[in-house]
Amino acid sequence: MTRGFIYSIAAATLALSAPAMAGTVAPGDVVFADMSVATSMTGETGDPANGRKVFADRKKGNCLACHANTDLKNELFHGDVGPSLDGAGSRWSPEQLRAIVANSKQVFGDQTVMPGFYSLVVGKDIAKEFEGKTILSAQEVEDVVAYLTTLTD
Amino acid sequence: MLSLKSAALAGVILSGLSSFALAGGPVDEELVIDGETQITTRTKAAEGVPFEEVTSGWLYRTEETRALEADSFQNPGMLYVERGEEIWNTVDGEAGKSCASCHGDGQEFLKGVGAAYPKWNAKAGKPFNIELQINQCREDNMQAKPYKFDSADQKALTTYIKNQSLGMPMHVDLAQGDMQSWWDRGKETYYTRMGQLNLSCSNCHEENNGNYIRADHLSQGNVNGFPTYRLKQADMVSLHNRFRGCIRDTRAEFPAAFSDELMALEVYVTWRGTGLGIETPSVRQ
Ligand code: HEC
Ligand code: HEC
Ligand code: HEC
Repeated sequence: MTRGFIYSIAAATLALSAPAMAGTVAPGDVVFADMSVATSMTGETGDPANGRKVFADRKKGNCLACHANTDLKNELFHGDVGPSLDGAGSRWSPEQLRAIVANSKQVFGDQTVMPGFYSLVVGKDIAKEFEGKTILSAQEVEDVVAYLTTLTD
Repeated sequence: MLSLKSAALAGVILSGLSSFALAGGPVDEELVIDGETQITTRTKAAEGVPFEEVTSGWLYRTEETRALEADSFQNPGMLYVERGEEIWNTVDGEAGKSCASCHGDGQEFLKGVGAAYPKWNAKAGKPFNIELQINQCREDNMQAKPYKFDSADQKALTTYIKNQSLGMPMHVDLAQGDMQSWWDRGKETYYTRMGQLNLSCSNCHEENNGNYIRADHLSQGNVNGFPTYRLKQADMVSLHNRFRGCIRDTRAEFPAAFSDELMALEVYVTWRGTGLGIETPSVRQ
């Protein structure tokens, strides 16, 4: 009984998130101030469990290409192009993490090698299949940010 | 072999060390093929190259992969060298000639030739790599069809030709023709951010040389081993195929093989590795 109740709430939430899409901020309209993005870009809170998946997925965040993360130690081979993300949720506020993931150049400067995951400012000759698309959707960024906040010291 | 390695790695990870990457940087080892031919895998960088020392990709590979290259009986790329020698001596085309009909013994004629490519080709008014030179000889001198990009025979003959310069220092002559302006153009491409991931060659091979991107130990991206035998593909991989792969990984459209853009890149990247010994056929992961 209780379980069914929870599931139906989950379903209702899912149904609600569709109209909320309309409230999603476009990549070019995200407001960066003080190395932060103050509010959710979709109006929804992030789902850390999905964020963990997006983080590890080679076709999505592929964050392990460049970052080690002890929480995902079951995944072999963590890169070291960027710093380990252990404790990232203690070092940065959620608003800062949102800015870093959405467009790291706004936080670290143009020289950073970290891609902007919700930005249309990209390199030369973008492949046709990716034209006009961001690497992650706004909600996926929110989910990853929610996950990063769980990586505390 | 592989399972042992991953078991060792898993051990590192399970032991809870904060870094899951293996130690960075090239190994401190010498490459001597069959205990005979010493290959220069590190050397002082040419003036203007943004490294103290240029290093071969061989130094960044695992012990097993390095060992395969050091033993020509085990190196699967040597089969392509043999096949290339066969092609050299086989008549093809309307003129009824083989490469050997004009150039004679390949080992003699080709010694050192591959180490000095790309070269300015006055007739074409652009730099030529070995693949383009082969096609020119096939069309003009043999009345044979040019090879299609990455056809098996193109890769084998190129591998054979480069292998005749094994251990000789790679160098390009920028004083020939208009080479300098192609170098300029190649340099510009090298530092240009590309694709949805917004990365340049330099972001990976210069700034992060020695670091790991996932399981891949980032070398300086030198070209002295091409065509290279890749274990992952179980096949020879040409240089322009590699360039296109690296560009594709940034999620950018990749230029055609032998296009002006990639020829310019080849001139520039070859220059960066000046002095490294030719390793063809190198073995890579
Ligand atoms: C191509 C490599 C690359 C990829 C892929 C990448 N990053 Fe980064 N990241 C970096 C680098 C490098 C830095 C350090 C900032 C700098 O020096 O530019 C960084 C910094 C960070 C920081 C701040 C680090 C700290 O704790 O101080 C966070 C958080 C972060 N990245 C999260 C992510 C997440 C989440 C993903 C996947 C969605 C990701 N990164 C993908 C390269 C990368
Ligand atoms: C996202 C990172 C990345 C970018 C950007 C990149 N490469 Fe690579 N490249 C790699 C990896 C990984 C390898 C395989 C490991 C190694 O040798 O570094 C590689 C290998 C190579 C090799 C073969 C080296 C050898 O010894 O076998 C060459 C040559 C090369 N890259 C050239 C380039 C050029 C030119 C560009 C720019 C057009 C470029 N790469 C851009 C990651 C990258
Ligand atoms: C009919 C004679 C003839 C045949 C057959 C011929 N070539 Fe050539 N080759 C030449 C001539 C002449 C040159 C120099 C001028 C030029 O580039 O065309 C040359 C130049 C070359 C060079 C450049 C040498 C250097 O020092 O840079 C290479 C490499 C080469 N040929 C390879 C081949 C190969 C491989 C074949 C067979 C597929 C072949 N040739 C068939 C006549 C021939």
